[in-house]
Amino acid sequence: MTVEYMKTIREKYSKLGYAAYGWHKAEAAPPWTALAKPLSDCKVGMLSTAGTYAAGQVAYFYKDDTSHRVIPSHTPVAELRFSHLTENYLPDARRDANCAFPIEPLRQLANEGVLGAVADNVFSCMGAVYSKRRVDEELAPAMYEAFASEGVDAAYLVPL
Amino acid sequence: MCLIARYLEQRGIPTLVMATALDIVEFGWPPRAVFMDVPLGHGGGPAFEPGRQLAIARDAFAAFGRMKEPGGIIHLEHPWPGGEGWQDAASDDGAEDVRQPRDLTPRYQMEADRRLAEAAAGD
Repeated sequence: MTVEYMKTIREKYSKLGYAAYGWHKAEAAPPWTALAKPLSDCKVGMLSTAGTYAAGQVAYFYKDDTSHRVIPSHTPVAELRFSHLTENYLPDARRDANCAFPIEPLRQLANEGVLGAVADNVFSCMGAVYSKRRVDEELAPAMYEAFASEGVDAAYLVPL
Repeated sequence: MCLIARYLEQRGIPTLVMATALDIVEFGWPPRAVFMDVPLGHGGGPAFEPGRQLAIARDAFAAFGRMKEPGGIIHLEHPWPGGEGWQDAASDDGAEDVRQPRDLTPRYQMEADRRLAEAAAGD
């Protein structure tokens, strides 16, 4: 049995009087870009939607924040923080950031040669944006520009 | 995240989504996904278990390298430590939901973070 999150969250929000969150249902088959080379030769980037920020950076706000944070990939995990609307999913990540922002495993895989390299900077955003239009017009283009500026060959995307 | 994955992929960046909510990732239908049946907030694995965290990332990237067609979701076998009791709690629509208001105020994890950020902004 897997958890029916959409049903549970809809019912919970209704009971609590929160605005209903609407997930977007994809109707068309997804696009595809093949890996151009083995992952052992790839520079890999990462994005977390857990509202990760590094100490010294501005935290996220909870009403449709479409900003993102650029986090140096060598940042010690003890300096990583989380601010996300659904704070009930954050307690473990706030103790061990790798739960939701697995940067140490990524660095280790690069050290082993499984990945070619980790990008100099990795990214976060705050996933609970209620406006699909703002994701399409603001957040997704900004994330594309961010990954492109790092010259990544592949992106590892970790939702909260 | 699925919208971002599709956007990146459309523009030439191969992506892999590490999903922990199967219904949500099926709904969003990204180019590539792996699914692990663990509580939300743990796409990297359980806290303070670096061996499991590394094994999860290793399996995720192995799947990344294997996937040759769009839309696939590969299930990773990394059972949650302590069994499946967490699923009942996650399915409880009456459970407490801790959050601060949906407004434009930055919500720092720690008050010290606010001071650091404000000091940095003042430089």
